[in-house]
Amino acid sequence: MAQATTGGRQATAAPLSPYAIELKGISKSFGPVRANRDINIAVPRGTIHGIIGENGAGKSTLMSILYGFYRADAGTILINGHETAIPDSQSAIRAGIGMVFQHFKLVQNFTVLENVILGAEDGALLNTSLARARKVLGELSREYDLDVDPDALVEDLSVGHQQRVEILKALYRQADILILDEPTGVLTPEEADHLFRILQGLKDQGKTVILITHKLREIMAVTDNVSVMRRGTMVGTVKTSQTSPEALAELMVGRKVLLEVEKKPAAPGRLVLDVRDLRVKDDAGVERLKGISLSIRAGEILGIAGVAGNGQSELLEALGGIADATGHVVMNGVELPLAGRRNNGQTRRAAGISHVPEDRQSLGLIMDFTAWENIGFGYHNAPEYQRNALLMNNAALRADTERKMATFDVRPPIPTLAAKSFSGGNQQKIVVAREIERNPDLLLVGQPTRGVDIGAIEFIHKQILGLRDAGKAILLVSVELDEIMGLADRILVMFDGRIMGERDPEKTNERELGLLMAGITETKGA
Amino acid sequence: MTKLPRWADVVLVPLICLIIAFAFSAILIAAIGQSPAHAIWIMIDGSLGSTYGLGYTLYFATNFIFTGLAVSIAFQASLFNIGGEGQATLGGLGTALACLLIPWPHWSLALMASILASAAFGAAWALLPAWLQARRGSHIVITTMMFNFIAYALMNYVLVNILRPQGSMDPATARFPVTVNLPKLGDILGVVGIPFSSKNPANISFLIAIALAFAVWVLLWHTRLGYALRAFGKQEKAAIYAGIDPVRITIYALLLSGGISGLMAINAVQGAAHRLVLNSVEGAGFIGIAVALMGRNHPFGIVLASLLFGFLYQGGTQLALGTTIPREVITVLQALVILFTGALPYMVQRPLEALFARLARKEAA
Repeated sequence: MAQATTGGRQATAAPLSPYAIELKGISKSFGPVRANRDINIAVPRGTIHGIIGENGAGKSTLMSILYGFYRADAGTILINGHETAIPDSQSAIRAGIGMVFQHFKLVQNFTVLENVILGAEDGALLNTSLARARKVLGELSREYDLDVDPDALVEDLSVGHQQRVEILKALYRQADILILDEPTGVLTPEEADHLFRILQGLKDQGKTVILITHKLREIMAVTDNVSVMRRGTMVGTVKTSQTSPEALAELMVGRKVLLEVEKKPAAPGRLVLDVRDLRVKDDAGVERLKGISLSIRAGEILGIAGVAGNGQSELLEALGGIADATGHVVMNGVELPLAGRRNNGQTRRAAGISHVPEDRQSLGLIMDFTAWENIGFGYHNAPEYQRNALLMNNAALRADTERKMATFDVRPPIPTLAAKSFSGGNQQKIVVAREIERNPDLLLVGQPTRGVDIGAIEFIHKQILGLRDAGKAILLVSVELDEIMGLADRILVMFDGRIMGERDPEKTNERELGLLMAGITETKGA
Repeated sequence: MTKLPRWADVVLVPLICLIIAFAFSAILIAAIGQSPAHAIWIMIDGSLGSTYGLGYTLYFATNFIFTGLAVSIAFQASLFNIGGEGQATLGGLGTALACLLIPWPHWSLALMASILASAAFGAAWALLPAWLQARRGSHIVITTMMFNFIAYALMNYVLVNILRPQGSMDPATARFPVTVNLPKLGDILGVVGIPFSSKNPANISFLIAIALAFAVWVLLWHTRLGYALRAFGKQEKAAIYAGIDPVRITIYALLLSGGISGLMAINAVQGAAHRLVLNSVEGAGFIGIAVALMGRNHPFGIVLASLLFGFLYQGGTQLALGTTIPREVITVLQALVILFTGALPYMVQRPLEALFARLARKEAA
């Protein structure tokens, strides 16, 4: 058993090759789908290397090959210049590769220490392992600014701290190469900045970091080099200092993309939605929405910022008629029912509210239904889709679907294809087409571009702005601050089921919003 | 992930499953010292070789179409109604009361009353489990199963204490008046000049079952209720987002399911037995589950699967009569078919998918 100190390894193995990882000619197919085609990439040791690409570009497949989840059909992997076979994740760990997944793989009711040694215990007795791990963990924490209480239960830790535990796990297994898959999706801007400092520290200690993300800003902020993937191929590797977000976006999509949507100044009109003291309890009786009051006028976008899980979903569900709530919601001067049988999606639609839900795959679409059936979803009682009192007019629904697919550029434009067969972006276009084309007075939108590729993001943003300019009220919930800052006319920040404050997107910055998102209110004034 | 072409999914997979099932059956028959070829010939000849045998096959198939449709309509709403047995039993009571209480001048009037009564009784028997599921979350697999036993006990009580004619030792109702007897399939086909035996229980209910299958197809794919029901069955949370009331859909789906189960009585009770006996359903409620599985919950598939099970039932009866193969072996044969066609199609699907993918790649290359 090698002594688990972080320095020992580097001292013994004198680097032969300047590259920590080299992939040569990697190809991988799933049936007829070629997820990776002849991928070549070389990651210099001691650098932070970004990999970006749209959803389905093959980033995850490539990393899964590197971590031993899949075997490549062709190609070779070189670790520190040596050809290495990685048939399983144990081999990857032995080769010095550590992986931090998007969804953490931690045992919630174990302590940090127990999680760190899980699977890396030496001997049958835990005590010796735990004692040794405590010592190593202390060293690691000091070395890399990874401050975590080793005896805290994981379930009590914030998401940012849980991520640090994942990084510690990898380092404890003596990883020299750390792969992080979309690490900032669940973090506040503050936490993300801290993570980047940690990564910088790892780099300074000679570790190699591979950062997979779709956020161009992060790539620009922390990486040394960046590789761009598009449809299974590697379209280029460039020095970060010599590129720009626009150039990267163009590489990713294959055409010019507008990152910032053109936005006319808002012209707020009459009051459309007025919410007073809205409260929602979850199934366990815990209050998730603790008295929300807000109002939206015609022709404006109200953005709700916040880290996921701070009541935004409950707000959308209460307004969309999905969850029961207490308080008052007045829509176009009429009070809406918030509980009971009249509180449902049908009465909400009748009141002029459309809803693009946060999770299109579990809420917004029936994945096994065809595109045309999904275009009627929620509006299956609409008179234009009926043949007579008894039968639906499926032909009319199909024709309407063809029209909407053309308007919203859904690809492929085949109404009879099942929703699950479309890419994430096109699924979202189906939902957006259905809800926006209803011409609602109020549009509720949750995470409109989650898992959607850049080209479709641009399109969906334009549609939302178009609806605003047509004099409609829009409630936009998103965990992407860029999106909120780019689209909203007013921003409310939610934390722990409450509204922490309102900001003007023109007069605020990510830092200020980030503090509010973390629950820190302004101390000045009061 | 490659997908099978539709024809392969609908036709090839069940066919291969069936062939495997028969292959295993052949091994079993050979193992007890009988000739598999002879046994299969007896089954085919006995169920399809004459219009007499074919009539029996269609009679059994009719029962299975009703119970299969019943299971499938609930299954489309993701509700597993295994209470078809009890609901059909109660349907029998409805039919018996309709036929016995009112002196009908013509069978057609009696049939309409019997359809209404059997469906209403079957649906009523599903109402309480439906309500418990929708409002209280009591799982219908448990409740409908228990209601099967309650139905049997209730029928026992009603037949022995109320409906049994005086002086009879048999726990059954009196024979229905001849005027309510349904026209035999042979008689109907005779009108249009097709010779068909009338010495079997096949009757007009077969045509009603076919019409019902079509009606269920229309309901599921061309009405708002069917749309809501299928959406609820696929993704309950999404259905709530769309404003579909889960309580109402659960209750409607199970009432429809129970009603269709109950309709089986017009075939078995009014059409064939002409009286209500203690065990008028004879397991058809459970066969309906296998039929629905094999028919992929599609009315068209259910009709085909019902014909297959009708063949197995009638063929199995002939096998028991014409050979020394024990009755239990026939049950095993039927079970093998259910196992392979209902429960194991994935076993066939995977290799087939790989095969088709390879063929597609070869074509592309």
